[in-house]
Amino acid sequence: MRKYLLKRIFYMILTLFLVATLTFFLMKLMPGTPFTNQQKMTAEQIQIVNEQYGLNKPIWQQYLLYLAGMVHGDFGTSFQFSNQPVSYLIASRIGASAQLGVQAMIFGVFFGIIIGSVAAINRNTWIDTTATVLSIIGKSVPNFVLAVLLQYYIALKLGWLPVADWNGFVYTILPTIALGVGPLAETSRFVRTGMVDVLNSDYIELARAKGLSKFGIVYHHALRNSLIPLVTLIGPYTVALMTGSMVIENIFSIPGIGEQFVKSITTNDYPTIMGVTMLFSTGLVLVILLTDIIYGIIDPRIRLTGGSGE
Amino acid sequence: MEEKLKLDPASFEPLPKADDLDNEKIAAPSLTFLQDAWLRLKKNKGAVISLFILIVMFVVAFGSTFFISHDDLIRSAPQYANLPTKIPGIDINGLNGKLKVAGEWVDIYERNGVPSDVHFILGTDYLGRSLAQRIIYGTKISLIVAVAATFFDLLIGVTYGIVSGWKGGKVDTFMQRVIEVISSVPNLVIVVLMLLVLKPGMTSIICALAISSWTTMARMIRAETLSLKNQEYVLAARTLGESPHKIAWKHLVPNLSSIIIIQTMYTIPGAIFFEAFLSFIGIGISAPQTSLGVLLNDGQKSFQFLTYQMWYPAIVLCVLMISFNLLGDGLRDAFDPKTRR
Repeated sequence: MRKYLLKRIFYMILTLFLVATLTFFLMKLMPGTPFTNQQKMTAEQIQIVNEQYGLNKPIWQQYLLYLAGMVHGDFGTSFQFSNQPVSYLIASRIGASAQLGVQAMIFGVFFGIIIGSVAAINRNTWIDTTATVLSIIGKSVPNFVLAVLLQYYIALKLGWLPVADWNGFVYTILPTIALGVGPLAETSRFVRTGMVDVLNSDYIELARAKGLSKFGIVYHHALRNSLIPLVTLIGPYTVALMTGSMVIENIFSIPGIGEQFVKSITTNDYPTIMGVTMLFSTGLVLVILLTDIIYGIIDPRIRLTGGSGE
Repeated sequence: MEEKLKLDPASFEPLPKADDLDNEKIAAPSLTFLQDAWLRLKKNKGAVISLFILIVMFVVAFGSTFFISHDDLIRSAPQYANLPTKIPGIDINGLNGKLKVAGEWVDIYERNGVPSDVHFILGTDYLGRSLAQRIIYGTKISLIVAVAATFFDLLIGVTYGIVSGWKGGKVDTFMQRVIEVISSVPNLVIVVLMLLVLKPGMTSIICALAISSWTTMARMIRAETLSLKNQEYVLAARTLGESPHKIAWKHLVPNLSSIIIIQTMYTIPGAIFFEAFLSFIGIGISAPQTSLGVLLNDGQKSFQFLTYQMWYPAIVLCVLMISFNLLGDGLRDAFDPKTRR
């Protein structure tokens, strides 16, 4: 177990190192400059600014400084907001993004499990069909389309919920729904398939023969076993939520990481792009590792030492 | 009173000799794997309808290349700006050139002095360009992305998976580590990195797909190849001295075909969503080219008053995604009947 963990952590660091290196050198290849109106600046001014941001040193030195800084959690200074360290920028915005992501994940998984189980119990009835149709629609409608529609019809036309901004729980409802519908659809399909499998197994037959109630069977016996494979979906969901957050945060003007990332791309703010890229990659790598560990704990049949998926 | 049972030998008929009787005869013609899958697919209404819709979309989108030139896409006609749908002969509010302005239906065509013989089936955008043309062009972009994703899935994913599974040992370990590294970088980060080097547009989207879209396929193909490798027929082929290349083509690929087809059908909607998403946030396809994502972004800006500008591209995109998803589900059930419940 320990050997396995050490190996995994080593690969994790290797991955992050590769991402950091690639990002850095691609960033150097990038056309355009971070300074607006560079044509209007004198050579002297350019030199001062370059010195201020450490851009006059040779590339390998910049690279080493960058790596060393990153180990200490220092991603440099944002070009867009002068004198704002990127780490501060991220720290001030991560709260909203994390809250939105966690809420969307909980919303999607919770309702997904309920819908999936109900569909499996009522297999081949109209309930099942409705659930299937809904989950296909939920999977197919892009979250940004849904977000705009929700914003317009529920917030603007009906006026039930605030249109945008980030000032407390009511403001989080619409973005959470828009972001969580994808995971919801995926979860419900997944749970349904797993549940149908489990409901056909012998021990469920036994539970039924003992005279347990339908709810008791599903809740105590079927649900637990059909939820185990769901853990493998956490990784893909995290990616989907990270990607989704960019556009959802934009639509609902939520001060989060995703919105900042899009802004940084359009303004050539390299340090912020690099910082957020590293943040996303680290997050994903950690989630994948955690998923594998959790999977090994809740389902002892999967041996961690055997490597993943073998 | 006993009545004797009289049996006349003539009432008996000799059975045909066993040799003549074809006990093994199978009434139905034997079906190949693909024919069998096709038969099952045909029973799935949703999948057949989706297939039909997709074929129509492909034909219309790619056929439009001859009718919609680049100039048509960029030519603006401010006098026709923001006209709603007008289909001659139909007099339903919303489809007859009327639009709700301050709570009342107003004929925008009349108000803006548009000649009576000019009409736009899906209306126009803020520069007076036909929305129908732009949507068809956008659909074409989406389908090109779909084709590109399929291409990389097949070319890189399948090859990578087969080589990794077939070689085994250290090569396999190394190749799997590479996949792990690639798939632990979020897709979006790859695109952003591509954008930094290339210009935003089709090239960077396709490059990003080439780097990241095939990893799931490669994993599945590898797992299956590992088990196929030890099958008797593959062992036989190896013993006979068949080259690995030929074994891969003759034995592995045909047996992997169902996985390949099913997995491709899952990659495609993902790729289409990805392009629309990037274009929507403004780092994908950019003007003068257009795509469904760009149209949605434009439509979103004026959604409050000109709802049709958002609804039409949204519907087309959703129909495209639903069709691919339904067809994918149908194909999975058709190729792998065990999963069907």
